[in-house]
Amino acid sequence: MHPTLASLLSSGPVVTDGAWGTQLQALGLEAGLRPDTWNFTHPDRVREVAARYVRAGSRVILTNTFRSNRIAFTSPEGSIDIAALNAAGVALSREAAGGQAKVFASIGPSGKMLMSGDVTESDLEAAFSEQARALAAAGADGLVVETMSDLFEALIALKAAKGTGLPVVVSMVFDSGKEKDRTMMGATPEKVAETLTGAGADVIGANCGLGIEGYIPVCERLKKATALPIWIKPNAGLPQIEDGRVSYRTTAEEFASMVPALRSAGADFIGGCCGTTPDFITKVAAALSKPQ
Amino acid sequence: MADLQKLYDAILNGSHKTAREITQEALAEGNDPQALVNDVMIPAMNEVGRRYEAGDYFVPEILIAARAMKASLELIRPLLTERGAEPVGRVVIGTVQGDLHDIGKNIVSAMLEGAGYVVTDLGVDVSPDRFVSATRENNASLVALSALLTTTMGSMKNVIAALEASGLRGTVKVMIGGAPTTQKYALDIGADGYGANANSAVALAHQLLGT
Repeated sequence: MHPTLASLLSSGPVVTDGAWGTQLQALGLEAGLRPDTWNFTHPDRVREVAARYVRAGSRVILTNTFRSNRIAFTSPEGSIDIAALNAAGVALSREAAGGQAKVFASIGPSGKMLMSGDVTESDLEAAFSEQARALAAAGADGLVVETMSDLFEALIALKAAKGTGLPVVVSMVFDSGKEKDRTMMGATPEKVAETLTGAGADVIGANCGLGIEGYIPVCERLKKATALPIWIKPNAGLPQIEDGRVSYRTTAEEFASMVPALRSAGADFIGGCCGTTPDFITKVAAALSKPQ
Repeated sequence: MADLQKLYDAILNGSHKTAREITQEALAEGNDPQALVNDVMIPAMNEVGRRYEAGDYFVPEILIAARAMKASLELIRPLLTERGAEPVGRVVIGTVQGDLHDIGKNIVSAMLEGAGYVVTDLGVDVSPDRFVSATRENNASLVALSALLTTTMGSMKNVIAALEASGLRGTVKVMIGGAPTTQKYALDIGADGYGANANSAVALAHQLLGT
């Protein structure tokens, strides 16, 4: 195991962070606009989101670089310094962490589909390598390839991320199929675990997509299929849309009440995705501090 | 004799080479091209849609089935055009202005092609004016609008307004889809229907055009 991971996990499950996009929206980011350009334009607010998670007890925080890859930047946003944007994201999280939390930098999907020929493997390799190198150079402690729907794309990002020498988490979205236990492309937790373990991931997991109760069985199956640590960051329930506004209905208490079950299912890193807040993290941390 | 069950299976399983080969063989033997489409290929794509809806098929299965269907249609379409047969319908599809998401739109586009529609895909971030001009140029009877963001779904209303201003609204149906949209939203903005996924989009197109 990578020493960064070994030291984090030495005292049991680790609390990660909650949502960034919805937190930035609460601080004034207009829905639908790119959160990552705020690394340049509103650095104080981005740092504030990170700081709130550190204060809430996160031992690993992510970065505001989820879609900061070249492919996800098309017109009209055109010419932007990708390396600087990623570096700024890492710097803001590191400042907020102040040595109290590790900074694992976020690498999200390209938004294009390999299979339908919208993007090529070499496009993806180039884009993820560029992003991973920039994040590593800026001092990230680890990289998180997250919210992936396509295992092939995740593998390309994993390979790019591994090139930096940092520990790499790969986290997929499971939200499809009859039992909501498959990725959009149909991969089962077993297939995901086997493929990513074989490809050299340091941690594997699931995020976004489902609420916490949905990820308990997924976590269990991932754990059974690999010896690697498991990373789980569920949404605060499924998004509800009313009058064009998105809301998440699971409360922090409800979310935290499922943490013991998620822990029993084998989760090693626990946090939240869309709709979760620093309050969720405070309560997750409290739940994890109780003896099992 | 060409084995039409094999053509059906080739589309269902997404074997585009086999689909093309059997289509070629069937046409050489004098099978009616329209009958191949109606009796074999479209039923195969309907089954693909049914399996997707039931959670047995996933996005890759849809994409390869649509590819196989397309491989067959490429052989058949010139013959149909030659005899003056009209396609099931002509569709203009795109992701609305300000929105760059295209995965869902591409899947709907592939499924509509698979169902026999001639689809003009305008891509992403498409202005109302481009929807209007493409509808006119392609003589489309259906306009399909996609949006993934709550902030861009409002552009759908602008497309409908532009179609009205151009005098085309009376001759085209408008359907919408994408994560934040709903049946209620379709009604609110004066669209003709809402499809929750690629399969229901095809069913809706059939229903709206009476095909």
